[in-house]
Amino acid sequence: MAEVATNHPMDEIKNDPRVPAELNNNVFITTLDKLYNWGRKRSMWPMLFGLACCAIEMICTAASRHDLARFGWELMRPSPRQADLMIVSGTVTKKMVPQIVRLYNQMPEPRYVIAMGACATSGGPFKEGYNVVSGIDKFLPVDVYIPGCPPRPEALLHGFIKLQEKIEKQSLRTVSWYRKGEATVVPVPVLGPDLTDLRRAQEIVGRVQANQTEAVQPAA
Amino acid sequence: MSETTPAPATATPAKPAPKAAPAARHAEKKPAVTLATMTPEMNAVQQHFGEVLIQPAPFEGFLVTDPAKVRDVALFLRDQLHFEMLSNQTAVDYPAENVIEVVYHVSHISGGRPLCFKTRVPRDESVAVPSVTPVYPGAEFQEREIYDMYGVRFSEHPDLRRILMWEGFNGWPLRKDWKEAYYEGDTKPFDSRWPGGHHKLAEERVPWADNVNYPPGFDPNAYVSNPDGNLYESMLTGTNGHELSAPEIDIGADTVVGVEPGLKTDQIIVNMGPQHPSTHGVLRMVVRIDGETITDLKLVLGYLHRNHEKIGERNTWLHNIPYTDRLDYICGMANEMGYVIAVERMMGIQPTERAEYLRVIMAELTRIQSHFWAIGFVLNDLGAFYTPALYFITERDLIIDLFEAVTGSRMMCNYMRFGGVARDFTPEQLARARELVFERIPRAIDELERLLSDNEIIKARTIGVGYMSAERSIAYSLTGPCLRAAGVPYDIRRADPYSIYDRFDFDIPVLYGGDVYDRYRIRVLEMRQSLRILEQALNQIDQTPAGDIQAGKKAYNHRVPAGQTYARVETPKGELGFYLVSDGGQNPWRYHVRSSSFINLNSMREMTIGQKVADAVVILGSLDIVLGEVDR
Amino acid sequence: MGLLGTGILKGLSVTLTHFINTYLEDLKYLGRKAGVEPRPLRRQSPKNYGLVTVEYPKERLPLPENFRNIPFLVRDSKTGGDKCTSCGICAKVCPPQCIWIVRTTDPVTKRPVPAPKEFYIDSTICMNCGYCAEFCPFDAIKMNIEYELADYGRIQEMILDKERLTKPDTYHAAIHPTDWAREQAEKAAEEEKKRQAEEAKAKAAAAKTAAAPAKPAAPASQQPNAPPQA
Repeated sequence: MAEVATNHPMDEIKNDPRVPAELNNNVFITTLDKLYNWGRKRSMWPMLFGLACCAIEMICTAASRHDLARFGWELMRPSPRQADLMIVSGTVTKKMVPQIVRLYNQMPEPRYVIAMGACATSGGPFKEGYNVVSGIDKFLPVDVYIPGCPPRPEALLHGFIKLQEKIEKQSLRTVSWYRKGEATVVPVPVLGPDLTDLRRAQEIVGRVQANQTEAVQPAA
Repeated sequence: MSETTPAPATATPAKPAPKAAPAARHAEKKPAVTLATMTPEMNAVQQHFGEVLIQPAPFEGFLVTDPAKVRDVALFLRDQLHFEMLSNQTAVDYPAENVIEVVYHVSHISGGRPLCFKTRVPRDESVAVPSVTPVYPGAEFQEREIYDMYGVRFSEHPDLRRILMWEGFNGWPLRKDWKEAYYEGDTKPFDSRWPGGHHKLAEERVPWADNVNYPPGFDPNAYVSNPDGNLYESMLTGTNGHELSAPEIDIGADTVVGVEPGLKTDQIIVNMGPQHPSTHGVLRMVVRIDGETITDLKLVLGYLHRNHEKIGERNTWLHNIPYTDRLDYICGMANEMGYVIAVERMMGIQPTERAEYLRVIMAELTRIQSHFWAIGFVLNDLGAFYTPALYFITERDLIIDLFEAVTGSRMMCNYMRFGGVARDFTPEQLARARELVFERIPRAIDELERLLSDNEIIKARTIGVGYMSAERSIAYSLTGPCLRAAGVPYDIRRADPYSIYDRFDFDIPVLYGGDVYDRYRIRVLEMRQSLRILEQALNQIDQTPAGDIQAGKKAYNHRVPAGQTYARVETPKGELGFYLVSDGGQNPWRYHVRSSSFINLNSMREMTIGQKVADAVVILGSLDIVLGEVDR
Repeated sequence: MGLLGTGILKGLSVTLTHFINTYLEDLKYLGRKAGVEPRPLRRQSPKNYGLVTVEYPKERLPLPENFRNIPFLVRDSKTGGDKCTSCGICAKVCPPQCIWIVRTTDPVTKRPVPAPKEFYIDSTICMNCGYCAEFCPFDAIKMNIEYELADYGRIQEMILDKERLTKPDTYHAAIHPTDWAREQAEKAAEEEKKRQAEEAKAKAAAAKTAAAPAKPAAPASQQPNAPPQA
């Protein structure tokens, strides 16, 4: 996702070299950006998708006390094709990650990913486990990480607000989904002898060959 | 645990070999093995089968020396000695002796300690154990799990595939010599943390896919993954092991409602889950449907398999307490209580009075909030989307607030310790608990009943749906509210009392419908009984000295004497058991969780066949599973 | 069984009761308690009807003192040094093993010095169990109540080193008043004991008069890492 590194989203547009100096305060473009982002950030549709313990806190966030609807984010869509935001709420296991990647690929752009809780961020307390992926960012581009095990509902809301801030900084002119070219598709990992990331297939083939020559560590 | 074997039975056991830890671990110390005391029941088995076959096992139970006879023994136990229910089945790996021990715990439905029996097979997978599913259908998932984790094959098992991992996974993960990708050491604490602990990410320290044995010539791009094995084929052709296996024992199944004769229709297979709003997490139901009617259903589990047991065996005894919170994450403290009681039983310590009361208060509050949650989400599944659930989440939030105030965390409380609890209630917190128990929760339950109990929509959708008879429920090892809704008054708090539940005056509610409606109603009744317990506990707790919450000195490096135990508690979901084996060290040798959600799912297939698809969702909701506990 | 619609009516009536009651509850507060209690506290109590929404970024639920999130290290504001002695107990009791400590060694004697050279907590692994704070014998590590930690990255942002972990003890005192009071009381009691012991020793020494000159070893062995006198 293209990120504008400046402090204020308008700065870069104002100082765009292609814009003549007298038109530097191009009100039209900036307003559209603002309007566009304002609309988007207040009508995020998260995907109704819970993995583990954090999902319970996610449900509590959506419940009366914290009321996600105040932010316009309450419309949880069970279908990825209607969702803008994937909240990875819980431990991502190797058995589950092909499905998560597939769901992500089915989400239309613009799409965002929040890694909620320690497990989704890095595997968390279960990181050492043989069936646990050490963070969903190994496969998907994550926009906001929320530490905590599980994060309080307020912490999740804070993560949402952080994401809103990120959305505010995006500009119509730089975002990838209005650019030409194919949308990024994450290859669905394969459940082989272990979870196999196809982007690293070459590496694995090399390892297998090296192992064959070395014949190290025969199977138990 | 003395060696007072009755006179004739002192024949030298075939394998009294010490449970020696492998050289890597506690090599200096070989705990002496004490053989189990022969109980009258064990003597009866021995008399029937002879001393060669039945011998006292180390620490607990008896050993069936010939694995091929296990099913006969199980049948004898069930039919002659009336151990109607298989509580727990698991395996333990002893690489030093080159055996894997399969452990069974069977219970009387009328109560009492479970009876343990074991059998041993060599680790090279040469010997298959006869499956006990014909005797105890509840063994189906547990045997699949043992196969998945240890590679022990079970002959005549209806559907022996991997259950938590996928088909094609490399190795048997719970074996002691199997190493995961991020393997760092056999036991915690790891040496790399202190005194020279430079932080390094595990994924950098261990390059990708180290410790993974790829078969020679493995090419990821050409590899055809088949994580489910022959699941679809068996369902489509109807050669699903359940119908196929015709063991000599009649399991007495109710007639399975099949397809109506007459019009020939195509049956299709539909996957529900793992991402599906109705599956309460990441469960996958594969259903074969004929129109709207379910003709077969298989569950695919393991999408939340977090390797609880493998990590638990690396952990020290203390480390495991916060991990148990994450088993059934709705009711963390009930899990903690089970684990803590199990370890206390092995260590032979007793918590203080005050701690006992605090534990009971926490466990019962946990039960109430879990039932609130369960009922709310059954309604979600019925289509009353979220509004009723919101009312119950509100009440739950108030209980959770109290948990947070006392323990520091809303869900992952980490409150119980060996010999006590972590923190005492302050007077304000006690006052708040009383406010909740005496005023707020009763009001909330009244409102819940007003809304639901006699509601015609609820009745129309739930009465007669997902029926399971008492006999079948017991056979499937169904526990918890679902079993009691089928007319079996089986509650561990009474059947095998623990903690101080024997002091309280409360009833075990029983209903006889065996359907979704009664499973809902029994939860309401149980909440009321929990309130009764809480009222008594909150009145009596003032008689105990404040602050006296820890027996003995608080320690972090516990050594648990060599031995094994199976301790169980009644969580809101059912019987939660911890089977622990200690070799006398700081870490458990075997740490097994008998999770009620997991085993309750055994019966799901039979409950749903013949029902409509929409009802399958409700049936699942009424079983009230939590995926963290199912997959562990 | 025919459905007559009573189920729906009943459901709606309950919802309606909730709806009306929330306003009645508001009215109750309008006259008496508005402005007396902070708003988030109002109507979060079991005494009231329902719960009221917490308008999170503008107002916060008061956190209980016991609340725990990621740990932090306590700096002794009197000496300006860490309270931590790098004894390693927190790293040992940490269930997911997310604490890394490098012990300082004296460059001359090559012996360990009771202070951490490096201290890392990987907050993406931390399970907030609170063992480190519970078992720390020096009250040097405590659980923070701060939860607004979401960020855009997870390596620089979330693997906390000593500098980012350390917080002054005034902060600890502010968020954990009860715990702090207990610590102070314990410290005072310990010092009192020490003082008494020294007095007794001085007396004994005085009584025996300068027969045996000095026992310099004794004070040195007492708590090498104890915080300095208050």
